[in-house]
Parts: sequence; C-alpha cells; structure tokens
Amino acid sequence: MPNLVEASGLVKRYREVTALDGLDLAVAEGTVLGLLGPNGAGKTTAVSILATLLTPDAGSARVAGIDVVARPQEVRRHIGLSGQFAALDEHLTGFENLFMVGRLYHLGRPRARDRAVELLELFELTEAGGRPVKTYSGGMRRRLDLAGALVAAPPVLFLDEPTTGLDPYSRRQLWEVIRGMVGDGTTVLLTTQYLEEADRLADRILVIDHGRAIAEGAPDELKSRIGAERIEVTVTDAAVLEEARQLLARFAVGEQQADARSRSLITPIAGGMPVLTAALQELQRAGIAVRDIGLRRPTLDDVFLTLTGHVSAPEENDE
Amino acid sequence: MKDLVYAVNDAAVIAWRNVIRIRRVPDLLVFVLISPIMFVLLFAFVFGNSIDIPGGSYREFLIAGIFAQTVVFGASFTGAGLAEDIQKGIINRFRALPMSRSALLVGRTLSDVVYNVLSLLVMALTGLLVGWGISSSALDAATGFALLLLFAYAFSWVMAYVGLLVPSVEVINNASFIVTMPLTFVANTFVPAENLPPLLRTFALWNPVSAVTQATRELFGNIPPGTPPPEAWPLQNPVLYTLLWVGLLIAVFAPLAVRRYRSSVDKR
Ligand SMILES: Nc1ncnc2c1ncn2[C@@H]1O[C@H](COP(=O)(O)OP(=O)(O)OP(=O)(O)O)[C@@H](O)[C@H]1O
Ligand SMILES: [Mg+2]
Repeated sequence: MPNLVEASGLVKRYREVTALDGLDLAVAEGTVLGLLGPNGAGKTTAVSILATLLTPDAGSARVAGIDVVARPQEVRRHIGLSGQFAALDEHLTGFENLFMVGRLYHLGRPRARDRAVELLELFELTEAGGRPVKTYSGGMRRRLDLAGALVAAPPVLFLDEPTTGLDPYSRRQLWEVIRGMVGDGTTVLLTTQYLEEADRLADRILVIDHGRAIAEGAPDELKSRIGAERIEVTVTDAAVLEEARQLLARFAVGEQQADARSRSLITPIAGGMPVLTAALQELQRAGIAVRDIGLRRPTLDDVFLTLTGHVSAPEENDE
Repeated sequence: MKDLVYAVNDAAVIAWRNVIRIRRVPDLLVFVLISPIMFVLLFAFVFGNSIDIPGGSYREFLIAGIFAQTVVFGASFTGAGLAEDIQKGIINRFRALPMSRSALLVGRTLSDVVYNVLSLLVMALTGLLVGWGISSSALDAATGFALLLLFAYAFSWVMAYVGLLVPSVEVINNASFIVTMPLTFVANTFVPAENLPPLLRTFALWNPVSAVTQATRELFGNIPPGTPPPEAWPLQNPVLYTLLWVGLLIAVFAPLAVRRYRSSVDKR
C-alpha cells in the first residue's frame, strides 16, 4: 500500500522554541496513524504543516503524493481538517457552515446542500442545524467542526484531538464514523490525549516528544515493548499495605510500587493467572482484607508515561 | 480559466456568507445607518444657515458631500471585517480549503456594497426630509448613485489593504480615520473648494473625493444655475476623473491587498 501521508525531517522553529525537530512519519493508504505526545510535543504543528497551514523550516512532506510546500492548493483538494480549536462561523447556522464549506470545495449547490444535510444527520445536529453556531454547546461545535472536515469526503483526514470535549456517547459515535470512513478507504492521521482512543482506532501509533519521534508501532507492539503484566491489589486498610507488599515480593519480577493514599500495590509479575491465584491465596492466608485484585496488562497510558516521563491528559471518567 | 470560475464562485460564496452575517448582527447595521442620518441632520441644522452658497441653498449643496464622505468612511468596515475574519477561528478552516486566495477579499468588498446601498438610501430619505431634492432625470440620478457606489467599492480596497496592515480590529478604526478624515474634509464636501486656503485648495481640487462630490452634485442637479464653472480640470471632468481614480485604486490596491493577505495567512 502506498503512503498517502509522508513526511521526512520536518523542522519548525518559533524564536526560542523548536516545535518540530526532524520529524518523520508515514501513513499507509486506508490506515489510521495515532499521533501521541505530551502537551507541547509538536502534534498540532505537525498536523498544521501536513494540512498546509504552516510551512516547515526544513524537511518535506507529501500528502496524496503531492508536495505540501510546493503545491499546497492541490493538497487542499484532497484533505479534510478538523483542527484542535473549532474553526466555525459563529453567526452562520450549522447548515450554512457546512454548505459554505461544500461550496468552497467546489461542490455544486445541490451536492453541497445534500452533504450538509447528511452530515448534520450523521453528527446528530439536524435539530440544531438551523440555529446560529453561537448558540451551540462546546461538544456541538466540536461535532460540527468534524463534520466540516468530512464535507468533501476527502481521501485524507487530519483530526487534531477530535474527541476532546465530547461526551462518552458522542465520542463512541465519532469512533464509529471514523472506522466507517477508514473501512471505505480513507486515510486518517489523528492526534489524541485519550490513549484508549488511539488503542481503539489507530493501526499504528507514533509517540513524539520535543518535536521528535520517540516510539512507533502497532498499539500491542508498544505495550509489549514496555513490559510485563502486573498484579494490582487494593487493600481495605492502609496499615497492612506494607505487609501485603512483603508477601507478594516473592512473585515480583521488577520493582513494586505501593501507594498509601489509594491503598494500592502494583507488583510486576510473569506467569499470568496462576500467579494471580497464588498471590490471592497468600494474602487471604495472612488475613489481609482485599478490596480489589486483578491482573493488569500494560495500557497505552503506561507506554506513554514510560516513554515520555510525562503525565498525560486527565483520566477519563466515562468508563 | 477554471481558476477564474472558481475565484468568482468562491468570492460569491464569501459575499453570501457576509450578507447573512449582516442580517444576523443587526446592531452593526443600525450604527452604520444612524451615523449618516446624524450627519445629514447636524450639518443641515448646525451649519445650514451659516455657510453661504451663492445662488443656492447650503442643504442642497451639502447632501452630495455627505454622501461622498459616508461611503468613504464606510470603507473602513471592509478593513475591520477583514481583520475580524483573519483573527477569528474560521480563518483556519478557510486556509485549509482549496478556495481561491482572493475570495475572502473580493467577497468582503462586494458584500460591503450592501452597507453603502442601505446608507445611501437612508441618507437620501433624510435629505428629502430636510429640503434636499433631485432636479435632474432619473437616469442622471441613478448614474450619480452608481458613481458613488463604484467609488466606494474602489476605496474599500484601500481600506482592505490598511486592514491587513494593522494587527487588530480596534486599531483599524483609528488607522482608517488617518486616511479618511483628510480626504473627506480637505475637499469640496462641506465648503466650496475655492474657499479653502491655497495649499489645502490645491489638494482639494485634485482630491478624488471632491470629484465624486462634484459629479454627484451635477448629476443630481444640485448646482445652482449661474455658478461659475470650476477652475481645475478634475472638477471640470468629474465623472471621468472619478472613473480614473476608481481604476487606479483597484489596480493598485487589489493586488497589494491580495499579496498582503497571502503572506499573512499562507506563510506562517
Ligand atoms: N505560534 C507559535 N509561536 C511560538 N511558539 C509556538 C507557536 N505555536 C506552537 N508553539 C510552540 O511549539 C511547541 C509545539 O506546539 P504544538 O501546538 O504543536 O503542541 P501539541 O503537541 O499540539 O500540544 P497540545 O497537546 O497542548 O495541543 C510548543 O512548545 C508551543 O509552545
Ligand atoms: Mg495541539
């Protein structure tokens, strides 16, 4: 499969900040690349260069085979962008915003109208579609902005934090929409702070920090790369946490972590379920009241924290 | 050829969007329309009796001057609207679309004609109430209004450029005053140019705003019979002179503005 998005050696500097420091990336046709990284890592900068909003100081990039610096206007015909901050006309209605975008993609009037209606429907904005955008809630704006990116059904989509500010229901809806589009052959580059989102949507993940790639791979590859499964125990009484730690120390294959405030203990292990059962028996034998115990495999959160040493976005509360 | 078709289409789309916005933000429109009414009334009643126009009435003389001044002032809306477009989030949508790079500017200058049509309309009505009238043919009168609108259109390209030079909407109003005040006051708008002191007089005689005013006065039949013909060539041929300026302003400022827009919006 050819790469529909390809960048090599992208550099972008702002006075004293180097936002991108030689970034390479590639997205194969019909796949999703998740771009992860802490705040200020350069995700928006990378997306902006690929979507022709910024010119790089060095390096080159091609989208749909077209050079973004040399022929930006042609690139624009092949892309849809939903930026980190909604780009909408506050005084126009939802319908008018989408219709206008369609007309500026040079769709004919009837086609632009049909697309606007379809997309309002798809993003459940049909009822609000006749109201000026300034009356919309944050999540409604976000959805309308995403709809704007899809108007011309472009072969390449750039979505910068597409689900930030969406409620769990809308987020899942959007995942469905994106999966549907990818199923139809669309190529997607998305950034996100929600690692679950990257896990669900992305075929490959690129973790960047300080404008440079620090890891790349399929979600499972990245997870197994950073290590072992672990037992996570929560005890009812913080006083026995240390005792529990010592009891489970013999199963540990790495450093244990105890946290008194959450009364929890993490013990990296090898061997899976049988070890978990043994550990639980050990605790029960010692009369330690266990509130919760489980075998946990590394998540992308762990990958993220291990790789970047940063704390990622606030935990989602929607599970 | 295809590019030209797209450019026209895109400008029309932007103009359509701007006109919708005019309707949705009526407060702005109210202010746009109230100030010309105030101008007509203030000048008519405050200066109406203190300035002498040989053989005619000052109010008769005044209205064309106020028309010209108002449409020139109105051009600052173009600059302000453009600056707002560029500062608001929507610009990032436009920048990623395959739309023509001149569309935002052409669309804006076109939609601002609506403001000028409306303000000319209310001024004409107010003028009629205070004793102004048109004593020429309907065709001449229509030509007079068309000339005002055409000049206003050309001038809105000047203000589009000024708007793009200036970093914020707040600064624009002041920046446009620096351009529009001398142009509209050092002219034959409120007093005959011949009455001005020598240096200002030369400026006024060659000032295109004087020519628009003169042309409008003639076309409305607002020049009292027996008035000696103007001494300077521009005022002897005011329609031609105005059209020359219209061509010049558009030829110079439209490309300048489009270039400036591209460099501020495309190269970041
Ligand atoms: N216009 C600008 N002027 C100066 N510095 C900038 C500008 N835009 C971005 N930066 C800097 O470039 C770096 C990368 O910014 P960018 O917006 O790409 O980060 P990001 O990964 O998208 O972060 P976030 O997760 O917070 O959205 C940051 O240090 C930022 O301060
Ligand atoms: Mg960002």
